[in-house]
Amino acid sequence: MRHGRNPFVVGFLVTPIALYTIFVAYPIAELIRISLTDWSGLSPEFTFVGLDNFGKILTDDKVWQAVQHHLLLLIALPLVTIALALLFSFLLNMGGGTRSGLATGVWGSKFYRVVFFLPQVLAVVIVGVIFGRVYGPDQSGILNSLLGRLNVEPVQFMAEWGMLSILGVLIWQAVGFYVVLFSAGMASIPGELYEAAVIDGASRVTVFFRITIPLLWETIRVAWVYLGILAFDAFALVMVMTIEQGGPDGDTSVLPVLIYKQGIRESEYGYAAALGVSLFLLTVTFAALALRAGRRDTLEH
Amino acid sequence: MAVPAAGLLSACVGTAGEQQPKAEGDKTPENPLGVKEDAELEVVIFNGGLGTKYATDAHIPSYKKKFPKATVKYSAAEEISTVLQPRFASNLPPDMVNNAGSKLMDQGKLIEAGQVADLSDLFAAPSLDIAGKTVGQTLLPGTIEQGTFNGKPYLLNYAFSVFGLWYSGKLFKDNGWTAPSTWADFTALLDKMRAKGITPYAYAGANAAYYQYTVILTTAAKIGGADVLKNIDTLADNAWKAPAVKQAAELWGQIGAKYTDKSHLSLKHTEVQLQQNQAKIGFYPSGSWLENEQAKDTPAGFDYQVMPLPGNSGDKLPAAAIYAAPGEIYFVPSKGKNVNGGKEYLRHMLSKDGARKFTELTKSLTVVSGAAEGLDIAPGLTSATKMLKAAGQDIFSFRFDVQYKKLDDECRNATNELMFQGGSADKFCERMQKVADEVKKSK
Repeated sequence: MRHGRNPFVVGFLVTPIALYTIFVAYPIAELIRISLTDWSGLSPEFTFVGLDNFGKILTDDKVWQAVQHHLLLLIALPLVTIALALLFSFLLNMGGGTRSGLATGVWGSKFYRVVFFLPQVLAVVIVGVIFGRVYGPDQSGILNSLLGRLNVEPVQFMAEWGMLSILGVLIWQAVGFYVVLFSAGMASIPGELYEAAVIDGASRVTVFFRITIPLLWETIRVAWVYLGILAFDAFALVMVMTIEQGGPDGDTSVLPVLIYKQGIRESEYGYAAALGVSLFLLTVTFAALALRAGRRDTLEH
Repeated sequence: MAVPAAGLLSACVGTAGEQQPKAEGDKTPENPLGVKEDAELEVVIFNGGLGTKYATDAHIPSYKKKFPKATVKYSAAEEISTVLQPRFASNLPPDMVNNAGSKLMDQGKLIEAGQVADLSDLFAAPSLDIAGKTVGQTLLPGTIEQGTFNGKPYLLNYAFSVFGLWYSGKLFKDNGWTAPSTWADFTALLDKMRAKGITPYAYAGANAAYYQYTVILTTAAKIGGADVLKNIDTLADNAWKAPAVKQAAELWGQIGAKYTDKSHLSLKHTEVQLQQNQAKIGFYPSGSWLENEQAKDTPAGFDYQVMPLPGNSGDKLPAAAIYAAPGEIYFVPSKGKNVNGGKEYLRHMLSKDGARKFTELTKSLTVVSGAAEGLDIAPGLTSATKMLKAAGQDIFSFRFDVQYKKLDDECRNATNELMFQGGSADKFCERMQKVADEVKKSK
């Protein structure tokens, strides 16, 4: 039967490898090739310019401005999102204390679960449009109309607090998903552990930090990597919400938006591809570092 | 005639195998551009402020009437670049393109890449329905120049827009205000508006800062003459640091600091225009497309009016001088299948009948001189026509924004900084010059 099995195995392997090559490996290789050219994107002609595009990136102030914004997102987005998601999922699952030996959530937790998850279902462009109204710069904006009742001058969210406003939306949209993720993780923690802790007189806070977090560590680490990768994007929100798409004056610019502006608007596909390669390298480096740094002996329960 | 054979030959000389064979017919007085009568024609129209009716209801039927055997493949796009860029990259473009909108393709780069056909023969061909004149002779002065690059006419800028400060005739009448023509009168009126609780001056910083930089540069041209803009267009040394540019930036920077609402920095043009329709804003800078764009939101009796930017006594150009330019680009890709058909389509757009129907359907003037005469048009357009007539020969424009996207981007940011974020005229000139130098160096 041996000679019959090999074609069978190969048959299974060929399809995914072919798909992967055509749709993942080939485009990445092509991106790298374009990044070494001065292609305008508007005709089939181009010349190879070596690493010139990458040299240009190093001296481009706009790139470094965008990288700073990514650093802000990279630190704040996972930190705040994971903290909120952990808090909410703890409250939803165990915040109500124990009833007949079983941990229960706060009152109405089933309803809250749906509410938290709702933003995740909305398309990001729609979220951008909605928050365009939330952050409206005059009394017609939702936040400013509330602040107006407290006699606070309208806050210029997009003009003066652009990056933080974007961060707020990213967190708002991401939290729900991680609440669900962490809830699933918490559900898999055996009830006896909690029971034992409560019998020993542990408070909810102690239970949270001593039992829930250590046992959820693997899930949190994965969440950190996902959110970090999200921090390298933010394209759609910046395009929809900000002044002059990344402004005022680059105050909200991010690399994907720069790539769009250089590539499509200014027809410098070579340079845009080089930016793309740089973004790819940044993301991969971050993911590798994050997975390595967060490694810890998995706790067994 | 040997024309088809010549067409084949030239196809062989080009980048072998990639060029499509061109459809060509015999050139006759009736068919001066040599259109192959049954060749398919593909046109792509930008679907924006002007709509698409003028193409589907006027120009395409006109072409079909002349060439009944031809099929016209028509499509409209809101994102021209997204739809067409890949087709240019693979040398399979359509035959006529309306390159416009916020996602237009970089026209300067397209020409550099050899993707745009020379329109010399179109402008030399006889007009479709104006007897005894060539197409070129029927156009308003400056039209062909606006589309000329490196000495060759590549683009047809079809819609003729005049630029000024727009206001509600009703608001002015109710308050007994009149349109000011000097800076002193202008600022005095802005003060009166502010006292009434109206934001005197506004533009939309979030996506339409170029309306305001058009204003700043118009004032610069009035102060120092139209050459100021020519120098900017040709990337002349220190063009942005000219005293006239600096003075204009100073004047408008003061208006920005005193008479605007800072929330407009975060609003889009339609939002600000709506506020004007609600009588919350005095003056709004825009081109003559404004009235049509706001048609749905304008209350009855609003009475759109437009005035030239105010002048000063020491100005080189009179106060009536205005920024007016052929805009809205239409071009024929050089590597399309039916280049002659594309040019013929433009000839139909430039016929008196085609232009008149365009004005009827879009309330916008065209570059065809006198085509809109006697049309019963909207109050804003009447006002704009009057302003254009009063300006006489003192009409000017720039096109660095189309040619160098980078300068356009920088100027938007510099303008927002100047008007809303406490910038200064010095800084405005400084940062524009820096980017202009970079653009020049990379050429």
